[in-house]
Amino acid sequence: MKGFILSFRSEFYKSRKTLGFWASIILPLLIGVLLFTGFYVKSERLVSLPPMVLWLQFAGAILGIMGSLILPMYIIFIAYSVNSIEHRADTWKTLFNLPIPRWSVYAAKYFYAVFLVFLCLSLFVLFTIGFGNLLSIVKPELRFDNFHMESELAQIYFKLFLSSLGILSIQFLLSLLWADFLKPMGIGFICTIAGVVAASKGWEYSYLYPYAHPMEAISSMLKNNHGDPSNRLQIDVFTKDVSVSLIIALVVFVAGYFIVQRKSVK
Amino acid sequence: MVISTEGLSFTFGKQQVVKSLALQVPEGSIYGFLGPNGAGKTTTIKLLLNLLKPDAGNINIFEQDIKTNRISILSQIGSLIEQPALYQHLTGRENLLNRALLLQVPAKRVEDMLDLVQLTNAANKKAGQYSLGMKQRLGIALALLADPKLLILDEPTNGLDPNGIIEVRELLKKLVAQHGKTVFISSHLLAEIERMATHVGIINNGAMLFQGSIADLQAISKPLVRVEAENTVDAANLLTRNHVNVTEVTDDHLLVPYISKQQMGEINALLNKNAQTVYSISKQQKDLEKLFLDITQSA
Repeated sequence: MKGFILSFRSEFYKSRKTLGFWASIILPLLIGVLLFTGFYVKSERLVSLPPMVLWLQFAGAILGIMGSLILPMYIIFIAYSVNSIEHRADTWKTLFNLPIPRWSVYAAKYFYAVFLVFLCLSLFVLFTIGFGNLLSIVKPELRFDNFHMESELAQIYFKLFLSSLGILSIQFLLSLLWADFLKPMGIGFICTIAGVVAASKGWEYSYLYPYAHPMEAISSMLKNNHGDPSNRLQIDVFTKDVSVSLIIALVVFVAGYFIVQRKSVK
Repeated sequence: MVISTEGLSFTFGKQQVVKSLALQVPEGSIYGFLGPNGAGKTTTIKLLLNLLKPDAGNINIFEQDIKTNRISILSQIGSLIEQPALYQHLTGRENLLNRALLLQVPAKRVEDMLDLVQLTNAANKKAGQYSLGMKQRLGIALALLADPKLLILDEPTNGLDPNGIIEVRELLKKLVAQHGKTVFISSHLLAEIERMATHVGIINNGAMLFQGSIADLQAISKPLVRVEAENTVDAANLLTRNHVNVTEVTDDHLLVPYISKQQMGEINALLNKNAQTVYSISKQQKDLEKLFLDITQSA
């Protein structure tokens, strides 16, 4: 356990000056600022909306592209970035002859990638709530302060986090095996497109396909019916696609360890 | 013995890269691991560090089996394999601090190491901007960081200028003499190893050709006297008539086994006295290729 903690701290130390780390902070901030600006400029059109619909529009603007685009692409990038530090410096051999158990080194790297995804999604929640409330201060006519959806947002993003772990494990392994960014990126991109198609067409087995999970999570929770707005959110975190995502994450994580043992040291 | 291996073998695909190697590295020695490029030196080092798993044989380091005592053995080894592995986006100091964090070494030691390899002034420069020699020195500092009992260095003077080579050599000698370390150093240059090693192992095509002390090696690797003369054939005949053993004659030089300085003087005087024009006369070490030939022929 000590080896794991040391390795995890070292992962932070190494990555704290890289784009991989800062992307996890800048991405939610940038999107939050863009959305804030959009709502600020177009506020007169939104004044008539009830507070709940306002929040759904505000949060939904991010969530709409989160499952299909932002999250999968971000995960492909993060999984690569954590591993490319070692590929570029040719440091796998040094990592694996440290007096630290190999599984600690491998697990610390994996969980650091998980941590970055968690950090990024948490900041999305934080910035969505923060910028929404800021709008109600700078534009009091937008009644953001009359409705609260902190706990719903947290649950939605938590489900997204769990849904993304399957993809993360696969992309992590691909990035570990190939130093070349194009391979994991290309495979990840094609798989994501297939996932979006599968989820949006409502393919009955799409819950088995990890790249469809973030999209499925969103479409199962945010309903597009135009009736009563209070029915548009249906939050159920632990569905079968989330279980599949977690199982895939676990299996690929364990398999990755055995592949690393043989592969990385030559 | 700090390192002792028995029947160590390793195969890459169908090619056997290391063949039944029996290394014996005594404590407090500088063990020169000598062989041409591609002889299996780096593979052997990776086996010693448990980065590769041997197909057959045992590795004992500090009298412990590496298979069962990996962590405790690795905590006493500092290593530098091939090119130093550095994070290019971190500064020299940050590279050391990162390793210090992993090895739980106090940060003060980082400054000592920077000082030792004379990188204090460049400590805040990114490692990616270092020259090859600076990278190599930082690699040595990383290997020394945890104050290991055994240093395993793979061609550490690669890319260093003559000054750098001398500095590394003096540093290693000092570590052994004053701090009781053991150094295992690989190289393809016999002359470099001869200047510092106390023990030598010579490997070719994965097999050990010779292992012993530097004195044992010098007994095999007898130096030669190289004479450049106007007419090498006449000079060779003259020397032979005077009971000097000539081992090689070419158009521009001839070779005679070296015995002593006096002998060199006598050869020179003899040739001059008999009107043979001598351009140069010098003592020369056998190169590695010839040494291999000698060792394989005598085996």
